[in-house]
Amino acid sequence: MNFTNFGRYLLLLKAVFRRPEKFKIYLKAIFKQMDFIGVGSLGLIAIISTFIGAVMTLQIAFQLVSDFIPKTIIGSVNRDSSILELSPTISAIVLAGKIGSAISSEIGTMRVSEQIDALEIMGINSPGYLILPKIIAGITMVPLLVIMSMFLSITGGYIGGTLSGAVTPAEYVQGITTDFNPYTIVVALVKAFVFGFIITSVPAYEGFYVKGGALEVAQASTRAVVVSCITILACDYIVTQLLL
Amino acid sequence: MIEIKDIHKSFGDNEVLKGISGEFKPGVTNLIIGGSGSGKTTLLKCMIGLHHPEQGSVEYDGREFTTMNFEEKIEIRKEIGMLFQGSALFDSMSVEENIMFPLNMFTEQSRKEKLERVNFCLERVNLEGKNKLFPAELSGGMKKRVGIARAIAMNPKYLFVDEPNSGLDPKTSIVIDELIKELTEEYNTTTIVVTHDMNSVMGIGDYILFLHEGKKFWEGSNKEIAHTDVQELNDFVFASRFMKAAKDKF
Repeated sequence: MNFTNFGRYLLLLKAVFRRPEKFKIYLKAIFKQMDFIGVGSLGLIAIISTFIGAVMTLQIAFQLVSDFIPKTIIGSVNRDSSILELSPTISAIVLAGKIGSAISSEIGTMRVSEQIDALEIMGINSPGYLILPKIIAGITMVPLLVIMSMFLSITGGYIGGTLSGAVTPAEYVQGITTDFNPYTIVVALVKAFVFGFIITSVPAYEGFYVKGGALEVAQASTRAVVVSCITILACDYIVTQLLL
Repeated sequence: MIEIKDIHKSFGDNEVLKGISGEFKPGVTNLIIGGSGSGKTTLLKCMIGLHHPEQGSVEYDGREFTTMNFEEKIEIRKEIGMLFQGSALFDSMSVEENIMFPLNMFTEQSRKEKLERVNFCLERVNLEGKNKLFPAELSGGMKKRVGIARAIAMNPKYLFVDEPNSGLDPKTSIVIDELIKELTEEYNTTTIVVTHDMNSVMGIGDYILFLHEGKKFWEGSNKEIAHTDVQELNDFVFASRFMKAAKDKF
């Protein structure tokens, strides 16, 4: 995103946060988007989180083969990695692909088929009506998905570790319950909130300013996913630096 | 009444509108005609605020539109209905939801009242009972008629129509033209139609503004258009063999 685009992005956000014409209609749209972003992504996030947790456990066990290191460490490392990094970031990147492309192509198609013009002619604040419900759904549902992802990732680690024999159930449970710092959850939720905003607002921006036809909508959709992923990683670094 | 004065609009180095002025009165069908690239759709978009002219003014019954802020423009836009070239119906909504949308947004009517209004509008465009269909299930002509029904749902004072006949067969085109004329006369709306369809020009053109290369070349009615000696207009109107042959009969 160059400076011109960033400026236009900020101006679009300013328009998005104008006072809604009718709260009731916006509320309905917010619930619809929550269903799409949250409920619609449950399965995908569950599968990814469980497998990542299982793989992480196996890799930690593989790398920490030493008589001087207790096996309970496997559970601790998996817990902290899942909570602080894997659950928020991997979930966000996966959601950027799934939700980001959908948002960008939906709004882009509305732009090229003059539906956005139609909204504006009716006197409706089109950025607010189209984008605000998506952003609110993103910043509320992504943290919830991340909480679920943390739980499933740690559970996946338990299943993977015990099935493979890399760690006993008792060692793993002892590992995940020893020296737990609840602040890591706060860091993860701050990340999830920021990522939820990026996943919805960046693709919405890309779609909103599409010019042309089907090809340009597809290009905007690809650009939306790429820019969202890069922005997520950059913000991941900044939030981590600020909070840890 | 809508009055435009000295409208200029450029895209980069390309000056599309070079000082267009005109008056569009209520209760009559006002047509903006011209060849492709003459600037008619750009003029329409300047009038409704989708483009911002570099110079000139647009007045809605004496209210200067171009210098208004966002909130003031919204008040004017609530009085505007528009039919887009591609109909611009909301794909994810049924016919009923499309027409009810502006009512939901801007009125406090009960659902029953809104439904009555929707049914009235559908009846007006001869689409009774099509409430539950989605845009993907409609033909081109039906989409246009739903677009008109949505445009008139809020009883607009100003009705804008962009290329109402594009992609339609001649018979359906006449139906749409007649519908626009009827609604204009019935509700005394200030109706502006952008078209290059000669059947529309001859059939419903009470006031015609002819654009050529971004300038106003001629204005008058459909009764006068056949007897003008403006070369550019004659080249445009009588371009087809059929129109040439029919010229003497006008």
